[in-house]
Amino acid sequence: MDFAAVITEWFPYLIGGIFATLGLVGSALLLGVLFGLPMAVGQVYGKRPIRFLIGIFVWFFRGLPVLVLLFLFYFGVFPGLGLEAPAFLVGATVLGLRGAAYQSQIFRGAIQSVSEGQMIAARSVGMTKLQSIRNVILPQAVRVALPGWSNEYPNILTDSSICYAIGVMELMTRTSQIVSQTYITMPIYLVCAGIFILLNYAGMKVLHMIEKKIKIPGFGTGAA
Amino acid sequence: MDQAEFLFQILLPVLMEGMIVTIKLIVFTAPFGLILGILVAVGRVYGSKPISLLCKGAVGFIKGTPLLLMLFILYFGLPSIGITLSAFVASLVGFIMCNGAYNSEYIRGAISSIKEGQIIAAQALGMTRMQAVRHIILPQALIRAIPGLSNEFIYLIKYSSLAYMLTVIELTGAGKMVATKYFEFTEVFMIVGIGYLILVTITTIAVMLIERKVAVPGMTQSGRNMLDIL
Repeated sequence: MDFAAVITEWFPYLIGGIFATLGLVGSALLLGVLFGLPMAVGQVYGKRPIRFLIGIFVWFFRGLPVLVLLFLFYFGVFPGLGLEAPAFLVGATVLGLRGAAYQSQIFRGAIQSVSEGQMIAARSVGMTKLQSIRNVILPQAVRVALPGWSNEYPNILTDSSICYAIGVMELMTRTSQIVSQTYITMPIYLVCAGIFILLNYAGMKVLHMIEKKIKIPGFGTGAA
Repeated sequence: MDQAEFLFQILLPVLMEGMIVTIKLIVFTAPFGLILGILVAVGRVYGSKPISLLCKGAVGFIKGTPLLLMLFILYFGLPSIGITLSAFVASLVGFIMCNGAYNSEYIRGAISSIKEGQIIAAQALGMTRMQAVRHIILPQALIRAIPGLSNEFIYLIKYSSLAYMLTVIELTGAGKMVATKYFEFTEVFMIVGIGYLILVTITTIAVMLIERKVAVPGMTQSGRNMLDIL
């Protein structure tokens, strides 16, 4: 059993999985912001029925295990709607909707942390409610939310591996394929673990850089 | 076969059996996860340099790698070095490690939030360092760690579904079996989902009550609502 030969042979294949993994994580973060932010605004400023609906959405997507959501969407919802979606798309959708549910709560907390006087002040200089939210509340709230939002990244990264269950060709799937091809277990699992830890570390570095970039001196919590 | 018959005579009995396995996984994991969390946290804060580094490294490794990979290592990887675990035990070990690692972070944070003067004061009264940690620091730290620990418990309910990936037939696995056999995916997984929502919601309410009960006025913040906890 020549481990070095196996690794050099299969390493490119394993590395290919990084793109799928990062694709899943990227779409989860992107959808999380695209849907999570409006949901947070709706939950704080919306009318009762809107708040209720968003609450149900959040409860559903945060209360269910990723695995159950993946099975539900891959075998149930997507075929039920007559869509023949590839596994990657289903995985990205599920992680994205889940991301939206989790991130909306981070943004909600941040919006609520902006003092109410700001809204009153904005309204009193003639802004509409929507203008005040967009131009006064959100720019502050987003900066408050950023450290908490960055902390979603490692969770989503590790959750993305569960897409193995529906056969998305990401790191975890490729790892177990290599294991079943070569019958070498431990070293390959550990290489996979190393790649995940590296991705985790590198991603956090990038997010901290973004945090620093959009930070306004003297505003918000100093330590990111 | 009509829907009601399928639901009550086929699906629910199988799901109930799965639910029992899920509850077993959770109930066996939680106490060991808590103990492991306390040990690792104390090791990190008060242990000697090598112990502290070891704990830090282990927590970093477990938090940085997916739980699914950890389960594969325990179930498919360990036999290559002569340790064979059953699927159920491998899942338990994986869950305890994961739960313990995250718990230790909350407990560590809580321990560091307690003033160092307390240990000095306890030692001045003649307690050894270990006694001071056990009787003075930990009781306060654990109360402060309750919100984090209960969040972890709720996560545990959800990631217990990963045991199915090691062929443990728990709630998700039971659902998958029925769904595949009768080709009723949407319905079955919605009901499996409701099963988890029931577990999570009951736990959330219990957590709210416990947090209110053990809240020490002026020391802990209380009054989290459902959405904060879930």
